[in-house]
Amino acid sequence: MRLLNALTGLLGGALAFTGTTTGARAAPLPPDRAEGMYHLYTGGGLTSQGPALLLRKSLAEKVSVSGQLYVDAVSNASVDVVTTASKYKETRTELGLGLDYAVRDSNINVSLASSKEPDYRADAVSLDIAQETFGGMTTVNLGFTRAADKVGRAGIGFFDNAKHWQYRAGVTQILTSRWIASANLEAISDSGYLGNPYRAARVFGAAVPENVPRTRSSRALNLRVIGDMGSRDSLRGSYRYFWDNWDVRAHTLEGGYSRYVGESFLLDGFVRYYRQDKASFYSDNAQVQNLYVTRNRQLGTYNGVTLGGKATYDWMKLAGKYPMKLNGALELLRYRYSDYTDLRSGSPYSLNAAVLQLYVTASY
Amino acid sequence: MPKPIKIDMPQRRSLLGLVLLAAAGAAGAKVATQAQAPDFTLRQLDGPNLRLGEQRGRVVMVNFWATWCGPCRVEMPHLSRLYDKYRNSGFVLLGVNIDDDPGAAKAVAGKLGLKFPVLLDTDKKVVATYDLNAMPATVLIDRDGRVRHLHRGYREGVEQTYEQQLRDLLKE
Amino acid sequence: MRCSTLLASMLAAALLGGCAMPEPWVKPHERERLADPIMQWQGDLLAAKNSQHVRDIREGARGANGVQGGGCGCK
Repeated sequence: MRLLNALTGLLGGALAFTGTTTGARAAPLPPDRAEGMYHLYTGGGLTSQGPALLLRKSLAEKVSVSGQLYVDAVSNASVDVVTTASKYKETRTELGLGLDYAVRDSNINVSLASSKEPDYRADAVSLDIAQETFGGMTTVNLGFTRAADKVGRAGIGFFDNAKHWQYRAGVTQILTSRWIASANLEAISDSGYLGNPYRAARVFGAAVPENVPRTRSSRALNLRVIGDMGSRDSLRGSYRYFWDNWDVRAHTLEGGYSRYVGESFLLDGFVRYYRQDKASFYSDNAQVQNLYVTRNRQLGTYNGVTLGGKATYDWMKLAGKYPMKLNGALELLRYRYSDYTDLRSGSPYSLNAAVLQLYVTASY
Repeated sequence: MPKPIKIDMPQRRSLLGLVLLAAAGAAGAKVATQAQAPDFTLRQLDGPNLRLGEQRGRVVMVNFWATWCGPCRVEMPHLSRLYDKYRNSGFVLLGVNIDDDPGAAKAVAGKLGLKFPVLLDTDKKVVATYDLNAMPATVLIDRDGRVRHLHRGYREGVEQTYEQQLRDLLKE
Repeated sequence: MRCSTLLASMLAAALLGGCAMPEPWVKPHERERLADPIMQWQGDLLAAKNSQHVRDIREGARGANGVQGGGCGCK
């Protein structure tokens, strides 16, 4: 009864804010789409490549179903691998299934994802709700993901597991007829085996197994703005601040520009800067014996710069059926580590990598 | 001295909700039924100008749409069907397109095979006059040029309501 | 909830009902530019997923790569 009263109050308030718009409203379903991609990552001794596929189709104007397949064939001879073990090859396959349901001015999405590789299994279920308010000028997003992983190690099989909870909330606001801004907050909690069974830590110069806390709690706040520049182009910028209870602090700054060129081309470029401060128990070579210790460079102090460019060609003439777009994208990444030594050379490690994406998209 | 009326917590929350709801209702919807439909003259996709006032004597449905509006595209085949069915009974459907680029309107109209007149409101003056605050927006006008029904947005199945209201207006 | 609070909320409601509440200032028919695909923060789905995966493996930060909603104003 009290909940009902609270809801009545909330609903009344919400209705007052939506002002004068009444009557039938329908948030559109995501458009029908097919995507096929080949992706390649190469850098730091690691190569990973594979195909990916996406299909999305709406049924009966009310529901949209989507399916995804993502394959990653990894050949790993990275610095961590060669200095502590030997290089290996393996394949990861990820499957996703999604359902979108539109009711009035809300869009509800339920999705399942399952990722499999020889020594790691991850399954996740997500619920996301997008609600349009204030005459469609404001969209509120709420989301929740629950994931469960099985952690394994080559040679001994699956020996532990990990659980994750993700909570998302965001607001997207139309500022003018040309500018949109959004703010998103995500809180993630993890529990279980959160380390890497192949990574060794270094204490007093000797390799020891790493010991990572069995819980982690993090928050990320992302602020974005995107605007139409008036010459068939758009400019976007975003800043994300990340913080967690392992003492990791990270800033991500990204800016991008998109422009239509001629009748059939679209060009896009972006720059991304990432800066991270290490976890409290991270050490390149620990000089103190602590309960937790890790040398996983993912948790160290470093910065990363990415430059990306993409070209899209609008290919309208597939037997007059439906328009297709051919896309090619290239990203160049450079990570510079302050407190991770490349044991082969003795100097701080630096990673240069490239990502290539070639893909076809069709809307029908 | 009258005793103060005690309102307990759950009742207070309901009251607050109701008060806000009432305020929402009083916020004033810009509906203009029973009033004369504002007249306009717009260029058609394929040729001469068309004036709303000249349609007096027929039941008119004015539908504001755009190529970039998903629900508008979903609604189109239903409107096309209504036009085909009732055009010979004194019904005319005017599709007022508000795209910046008339070329886009022409391409989509061709692709959807629209047979009813498509009018171009590129500078968005007519849609601003009608000020329905929704896309798509549909106005049903009777034979005397009066606005009788307003529909904001498209919801699955509303085309049946259109047909029912249309038939009632044709019978008058 | 005290009487003064109740009065305050009734006043707020009256104001909301009057002219003080801002109307949505970008009308649905003015949202053509916002509906363009280049006004989406996230690009094509598979490419965005791939790029994000590359970063997630190498970076300690995660989350808030959210989905941008709205923009079209269509109902």
